[in-house]
This record gives sequence, structure tokens and C-alpha cells, in this order.
Amino acid sequence: MTAIEARDVALSFGETPALRGATVSVASGEIVAVMGPSGSGKSTLLHCLAGILVPDSGEIHFEGRRIDTLSETERSALRRDRFGFVFQFGQLVPELTAEENVALPLLLSGVKRGAALAQARPWFDRLGLTGLGRRRSGELSGGQAQRVALARGLVARPGVLFADEPTGALDSLTGEQVMELLVTSAREQGTTVVLVTHDARVAAYADRQVIVRDGKVNALVHS
Amino acid sequence: MSVPMTLLGLLEREPSHGYDLKRDYDTFFSRGKPLPFGQVYATLGRLARDGKIVVGEVEPGVGPERKRYVITERGATEVESWLTEPVEAEPNLQTVLFTKVVLALMLGRPAEEYLDVQRATHLRRMQELTEIKRSGNLVDTMLADHGLFHLEADLHWIDTTVARLDALRTMVAQR
Repeated sequence: MTAIEARDVALSFGETPALRGATVSVASGEIVAVMGPSGSGKSTLLHCLAGILVPDSGEIHFEGRRIDTLSETERSALRRDRFGFVFQFGQLVPELTAEENVALPLLLSGVKRGAALAQARPWFDRLGLTGLGRRRSGELSGGQAQRVALARGLVARPGVLFADEPTGALDSLTGEQVMELLVTSAREQGTTVVLVTHDARVAAYADRQVIVRDGKVNALVHS
Repeated sequence: MSVPMTLLGLLEREPSHGYDLKRDYDTFFSRGKPLPFGQVYATLGRLARDGKIVVGEVEPGVGPERKRYVITERGATEVESWLTEPVEAEPNLQTVLFTKVVLALMLGRPAEEYLDVQRATHLRRMQELTEIKRSGNLVDTMLADHGLFHLEADLHWIDTTVARLDALRTMVAQR
């Protein structure tokens, strides 16, 4: 079953075309890496799939439902309730503790604070962050902060996790640990993952890789 | 992998029987291709002939298992030289791919498509190595890392070459 797909999506920023008929389909539970050189349109494609950007033409479908025609409010609710996000720089809320950061998607969905924190806490042991729940983002290393961001992305059991260069700010070994946790956790939950990366070693963790070049998606053809 | 030098190195660590050498070799260096006993003893025989090892105390009993091999000064010097000498950087590693690309352009064939197929092949191997890392022990992980970094370097070369194809096509056409 298809979880999310883009059909012939085009989007320009002013005069500059970013996507020129991008088509990609991701099956439920699949982990797909979107690769491509800088400026190829891979992050723009992720933003369109996630309902952050609305394409000029083409369609985006999530679980069989067209989402690019939804209102901003409806897309916002969809992002909050069904999608998870991990970005290059964790983008944790500095005023909140690590466990409050993890609980944030649940709190925003209306889960009561006690219940949200109770759901957030097991993630700390799971991701090797035992004892760090009360720390604020400034008191965490880059790798720890990114694991907190990963927990935040997955805590609400999203239908799709969108990860945009999730290891881009980490050293090689720390990035590897984050990818290992991302893949293991996503597979355990059956979460579909769209992973944007320019790093082939990160992309190698995915089930499948596609390449965005000049705003179009090329499936990789094995010999 | 140099089997004689590896066995010599293992003997510098401590005098060993052939069986122990094979076990240590297979644990750390063979990666799915166990060293045949015959090769172990043939190699030890050559190392002894060349004065790099000697047969130490022979324990009671029969058969090669009873012999303990000891490295000589000459053998230890050779291990030292081998370890300190850098491995050849293999600047011609890309020769085959480079030749394919240039020939493809000369023949008006789709070099970019060939490189795309090569990229997919590299990525598939990287997936396999990543899976080995995820399920293997530290030795497997380190060996897989080595392969992954080399494949990654090749991919950088492929990507850069794709970006240079138009220029290369022009150059090839002018000859």
C-alpha cells in the first residue's frame, strides 16, 4: 500500500524552478532516501510531500487522500497529527526540557501533560539518553539533541517521518548511531520514512534510494 | 591481504602453534574465507626456510600441531618495515570507470546512464555493507566501514564526473 506520493509535482520560487514534474511513491513502512546534489530540489520535494509547501501543479497523496488541495489549517493539522519531522539541527525548543520537547507533538495534539510525559519518557532509555530527560537543549551534545529530536519525531507514532539531513551536523560515528536508532525505531513502529540526504553512507540505511536531479526524480536502476 | 606477513605479525605477538595462528587469522582477517591448514603450514615452512621464524619447543606427541613457532629478529624487522610502510594509494583505481566514460563519449553512447547504473550498483553494495555493520561484530563493522568509505569516494568521483560530462564531451569531440 502506498503511504505517500508525489505525482508530476512542479514548483518554482519566483523565476527559479525547483521541481519540474517530480514523481515518487513511498510504500507503507518503507524507508526511502532522497538523494541529489545541492539545489537539486530534494528538500523542496520533502516539503511538498509533508504539506509544508503547496506545489504549483501536480498532486500529493497521503494514504490515498489528496492533501495539496487542503486548506493551510487542514494541512497544519495533518502535519501535527500524522507526520513527524527531524531536521539537520535538532531544532529543540530551548526553554523546554528534553522530555517536554519529546512530548511536544502529543501536547499539541491535546494529550494531557502527565500522559504526554509518560509516553515521552520511555524514549530516553530506548535511545540511550537515560537520565537526560530534565536537561535543556543547551545542556545536550549534538548527538544527544538529535536523538531527542528523533524521539520527538516518532513519539506520536506518525504515519510518515520526514527526516531532512538528520545527521548533517553530526560527526560520522554519532551520525551512524542516530541512523541506527532511526531505522530500528521506525521499523519497530512500522513508520514510513522519507529521508533527504546528500550522504551516500546515510542513504545506505534506507530500503531504497531515489535521486533528484534538475527537479525530477530518477529511480536508481541496478545493473 | 598478505598471509605470510599476517602470520608473521601474529607470531610477533607470541609464539604459537599452527592451529592457534589459523584460529586468530580466521577470527580477524579471513572474513568468510577460512585459511586452509595446508596453506598455514606451507607458509610457516617458507617463513622458516627464509629464517624469519624458527620451530621452538616441540611438545610431546605427533603431528604439526605439536610445533610451536617463534619469530626471529629478521622476521620481526620485516614486520616492522611492513607496518610502517604506507600502502600504495592506488591512484589508478578509477581507470576502468574513467576509460568507460571517455570511450562512451567518443562512441556517442549515454555515459551518464552508465554512471547512473554504476551509482546504483555502488549504493546497493553500500546497503549490503551497512546491513553487515548493523548485524555484525566490531571487526565486521570496521571492515565494512573501510569498504563504505571507499565506495563513498567512488560515488563522489561519479557525481563530479557527471557534472563534468559536458566539458569532457566537448574535449573528446575536439580530438
